Amino acid sequence: MPGPPLWLLAELTYRCPLHCVFCYNPVDFAQQQDELSTDDWLRVLREGRALGAVQLGLSGGEPLVRDDLEVIVEEAHRLGYYTNLLTSGVGLTPARAAALKAAGLDHVQLSFQDSTREMNDFLSHTKTFELKNRVAKIIKDNGWPMVLNVVLHRMNIDHIDRIIGMAHEMGAEYLELANTQYYSWAFLNRDQLLPTREQLERAEAVADAWRVKLGSAMRLFFVAPDYHEGKAKKCVNGWGSMFLTVVPDGTALPCHTAKMLPGLAFPNVRETSLREIWFDSEGFNRYRGTGWMKEPCASCEFKEEDLGGCRCQAYLIANDPAAADPVCRFSPHHEQVRAAVAQAGAAASGGVVRPLVFRDPANSRRLAEPSS
Amino acid sequence: MSLALDSRPRVGPGFRLQWEPAQEAHVLLYPEGMVKLNGSAGEIMKRCDGAQDVQAIVADLEAAFATTGLEGDVLAFVEMAGRQRWLVW
Repeated sequence: MPGPPLWLLAELTYRCPLHCVFCYNPVDFAQQQDELSTDDWLRVLREGRALGAVQLGLSGGEPLVRDDLEVIVEEAHRLGYYTNLLTSGVGLTPARAAALKAAGLDHVQLSFQDSTREMNDFLSHTKTFELKNRVAKIIKDNGWPMVLNVVLHRMNIDHIDRIIGMAHEMGAEYLELANTQYYSWAFLNRDQLLPTREQLERAEAVADAWRVKLGSAMRLFFVAPDYHEGKAKKCVNGWGSMFLTVVPDGTALPCHTAKMLPGLAFPNVRETSLREIWFDSEGFNRYRGTGWMKEPCASCEFKEEDLGGCRCQAYLIANDPAAADPVCRFSPHHEQVRAAVAQAGAAASGGVVRPLVFRDPANSRRLAEPSS
Repeated sequence: MSLALDSRPRVGPGFRLQWEPAQEAHVLLYPEGMVKLNGSAGEIMKRCDGAQDVQAIVADLEAAFATTGLEGDVLAFVEMAGRQRWLVW
């Protein structure tokens, strides 16, 4: 019997002013223009809370694009959620920030793509660096804890010292250095994004040195990519174990990217209650626990620890969502992960690579065409 | 911030303490995170309102649970919680 879905992630929209090359929104997002109404979201919040959800992530795309965000935040606050706005900062004017504060928003997590204007703007294909600096100040002015999120990958990981310095100068209380994971747009751009092992080791050393310097002034989280470790992560803390995502069209998923998995239907909140979704739906039950595992997972001593790793990664790399996550050194497909790391190394030393694909509706539509 | 019996601990900035029926526990909430508190931790934390001092909290707990000798445990917990920033005084 699963525990409660403690973490509810509301992806309010796929609309976004940024075009990040590492985005995990589905590559076919432009085909999914349908969005839940305000009333739908309020019902989802109430049902979630009744099940025991307590951390609410408001995300997307860019959640600030929704003009009912304050209404959603207010209801979430009234219900007792701890609310987290995960945003690029675009649209967070002083007036909007004040309205969200008044509605009871608990915290704003602001993304930065790099510490320099050039790289920040290049990676998101926008001119947003100065804006984000202003937003960082707005966040502080409203008395919110200041949490910065920087997605790391080969093109900015060597700037980590300056990135941490920038965050500290801004007065961030938390800095999340999240190495990108390879789904959706990041998977498309993987050859250019995957850092080398040497880059990772250097970056981790820099982060460790900063931790000693900072003490409790700023908490640093460094999330390493799992391609290099030879070990699988316990993805979303286990399928259907504590994480429930609702995407813009109302589909409920056990993780952001599960919709890509073949042969699996996921329910929609417009038709099905969250209780039924969480406890009874085929989608949420399919890879719960360990009963579904094949070898080598089924007899593995670590199976309770990592729960077989990531189903989406198994599908993307081994073409089988029930296979062991190929990042695991015991997976029969692990060689493909090693090859990807080697390929990234070659690309890093100046090998030929495909051009980066920026996340935008035009590319999304183009990629959906059969010939591409 | 060294701890004394007359210190008045309160929940640290950026943390929120609440009772969660679905988990049958007190939890401490912070950006994207949660600490689930065991029974005694919850009972201590919920009394840390910045107004009561540690001595009063100990007395209150001893009365509520019809017991004595809790001072050592309460001090140890509050000290640990202080290191984690869950409590400040």
